[in-house]
Amino acid sequence: MLIVYPWTQRFFDSFGNLSSPTAIIGNPKVRAHGKKVLSSFGEAVKNLENLKATYSKLSELHCEKLHVDPENFRLLGDILVIVLAAHFTKDFTPACQATWQKLVGVVAHALAYKYH
Amino acid sequence: MTLTQAEKAAVITIWTKVATQADAIGAESLERLFSSYPQTKTYFPHFDLSQGSAQLRGHGSKVMNAVGEAVKNIDDIRGALAKLSELHAYILRVDPVNFKLLSHCILCSVAAHYPSDFTPEVHAAWDKFLSSVSSVLTEKYR
Repeated sequence: MLIVYPWTQRFFDSFGNLSSPTAIIGNPKVRAHGKKVLSSFGEAVKNLENLKATYSKLSELHCEKLHVDPENFRLLGDILVIVLAAHFTKDFTPACQATWQKLVGVVAHALAYKYH
Repeated sequence: MTLTQAEKAAVITIWTKVATQADAIGAESLERLFSSYPQTKTYFPHFDLSQGSAQLRGHGSKVMNAVGEAVKNIDDIRGALAKLSELHAYILRVDPVNFKLLSHCILCSVAAHYPSDFTPEVHAAWDKFLSSVSSVLTEKYR
């Protein structure tokens, strides 16, 4: 996301060197943050019946403290889908992708829900 | 949005691989599009959209041929796709949001078929390239 949509770097001034794809890929803060974000997705998968509640605090955080335009959740969701395609190749069938598109969609929706 | 020399090179390099199974990748991209975004099927009421259908394969072929033309004429995509641009503007009138959706599905198919080639830089180059193609195809809409 930081490489393909460089404007998303605006939220990560504290991450240090994001000046090139190589810098971004090797940046330990990027790696750590990726882990945080994916773990959060793990929570979503565990709480599919109750996403709005699961993401309530995170939604408020992204609105009130982080000031992230929800469009970015859709961008990241689509990037995640493409990364999954590259990792799982043949197993990431059209049907599998469709399911994941739905998941990233509802997660984005839940994250944007508390915005005001 | 213009492509750098490095980005053009990345697009062309991957295309030489994709071209060897363009038809299959085209059909798969459409399949991904119709599965993930069922509303896109509304443009194809006259098609048999079941997996492996001849029409799906034929249309996937057509789409990838156009992408190939754009790659071959990467310095003048507007010129290369002028007829297609008019077709989409005056006859097909596919809503512009759908170009992003199809581009995304093409990226998924390419990533799934060529995982080791699909580095973040290559992903970025292809995203920009497909974005340019989409721009050209919608630029005569109004």
